[in-house]
Amino acid sequence: MSDVLDQLRAKLDGVEWEVSHGQDVARVPIAGWYEFGEAAKQAGFEICSDITAVDWMRQKPLRFEVVMNLVSMQHKARLRAIASLEREDPAIASVTPIWPGAAYAEREVYDMFGIVFEGHPDLTRILMPDDWEGFPMRKDYGVGSVPVQFKQSHTVR
Amino acid sequence: MTEETTEELVAEDTETLDIWVAGTEEPQFQPTDEGDQEISEDESEYRLDTQLGRVVDDDYLFDDEGGDDERMIVNMGPQHPSTHGVLRLQIELEGEIIRRTKPIIGYLHTGMEKTAEQLNFAQGPTNVTRMDYLAPLHEELAFSLAVERLLDVEVPPRAAAIRVLMTELNRITSHLVALATNGLDIGALSMMIYGFRERESILDFFEKTTGLRMNHNYIRPGGVAADLPPGWKDDVAAILDNMPRRLQQYDDLLKENPIWLSRTEGVGIISAEEAISYSLTGPALRASGVDWDLRKAFPYSGIDQYEFDVPIGAHGDVYDRYRVKVEEIKESLKIVAQVMASMPKGDYRIGDRKVTPPPRARIDESMEALIHHFKLFTEGFKVPEGETYVAVESPRGELGCYIVSDGGARPYRMHNRAPSFYNLQGLPIAMSDSLVADTIATIASMDPVMGDVDR
Repeated sequence: MSDVLDQLRAKLDGVEWEVSHGQDVARVPIAGWYEFGEAAKQAGFEICSDITAVDWMRQKPLRFEVVMNLVSMQHKARLRAIASLEREDPAIASVTPIWPGAAYAEREVYDMFGIVFEGHPDLTRILMPDDWEGFPMRKDYGVGSVPVQFKQSHTVR
Repeated sequence: MTEETTEELVAEDTETLDIWVAGTEEPQFQPTDEGDQEISEDESEYRLDTQLGRVVDDDYLFDDEGGDDERMIVNMGPQHPSTHGVLRLQIELEGEIIRRTKPIIGYLHTGMEKTAEQLNFAQGPTNVTRMDYLAPLHEELAFSLAVERLLDVEVPPRAAAIRVLMTELNRITSHLVALATNGLDIGALSMMIYGFRERESILDFFEKTTGLRMNHNYIRPGGVAADLPPGWKDDVAAILDNMPRRLQQYDDLLKENPIWLSRTEGVGIISAEEAISYSLTGPALRASGVDWDLRKAFPYSGIDQYEFDVPIGAHGDVYDRYRVKVEEIKESLKIVAQVMASMPKGDYRIGDRKVTPPPRARIDESMEALIHHFKLFTEGFKVPEGETYVAVESPRGELGCYIVSDGGARPYRMHNRAPSFYNLQGLPIAMSDSLVADTIATIASMDPVMGDVDR
């Protein structure tokens, strides 16, 4: 396990390694995202198990974080890669050419956060309707409310 | 030509004339426009296999020469009883052969990840349990394990054992639904009735233990909601006694049934490489021959102390996915039997009153217990800052829960890695260049739960 990570450490510059609750986390600079993916795939992380994002709004200088969970079946290891993105027009390289299974996950992140994955073959909305405005999982997008009749309160959340 | 041979020929001619007494000339063969339906004896095995649909050539190259008139796009769903919920498929057909498929999802999207940000950690399980409604206990388990890891608490051994017991029983119910609907879709109606009947017997036990058949909110951060009911051993023993007999009946019904075999063998093939690269997990991955089970690779809740095997398939077709599910039911029964025999004594939740509510009787005696109770059910409990990802092996594959906490009583962000969502990516692979009639069998074998896909 640690051999694989050492290999990756030696190969990649600018990646910060940390341990979060016993799990290995790599903080990857946004420019090196695709190279990191290629190196990880070569090192034996065959499955891109999940891609998601976090919106930090005003709590962090770089608003968005893209989080990728990788699994290595041969080394029985997990690795999480996190990249921080700018507030304006967040964009990052797509890892779909490396792991075809990332396609749906990246579409979902685009749909929910408006983060553009450059080089994705079909970056369209996946869960929301095609003509939807806004990105629902962003923190500045309200939870919404439904007006109800026969209640004292005007709305129910 | 000699005289003899001419005579012979004449003799032969007369013989033929003798045979055709009524008519005079040989009847002409009239070919129908249905096409040549004969299979000649010298046909090669491969040709036969392709005609019977056992071999599907997956390497489809887009051919412009055919023209657009021969291609037809058919929309299947979202309202269709056999698509297991609101799954819509755009299928590009060339005659009867599927060339491309595009699953269109989102019809059941209710923003549960957004909702999770409004609910505190104690309320969280009520939300996640509604995602994959066939495996609610696995959803709760993944959420609870993630919260416990952030809290850095360890549940008592009895709580862990109860969790394993309940989730493995849940796996059986989920696979029974998969088998039942798989049978229903292909036309084995009896399987549908049997599958739901046996599932109901286990759901009765769930109802007795948790109060509900589904959406239990039973596994919570810090343990489980209640101890197992009195007499639970008899109930579980009855299930353990009943199920192997029933499984034998299913095998008698389906395993070597020629109709079942012809509908499932060689249909919807996914190779091991495709399955891995498209992030498939669970039975869909194991049916392709990949030995990968999170219960073995990254054990949780002490599941590594029980003995069980990981059944794998060989061809990655519908039949293998069906067999893997049946075998997994048997393995789950093994685990349940071991948990029942070795159920540890002790508390079913942790004693930390900041996380789990105090017993009802204590509230009348202790002011502190009252305060804890009040705080827990109004504000909830605070979880230290941090982020973690925990995955459990749900009946459909890797079910992950990624939680980010900013130190408050509600998750800052909760994301569920839904196995059905990722497994759906394998559907176009499995369906390309197969017959349109096999669509239903392939979808059913992938076992997507739309609540899990769309969340």
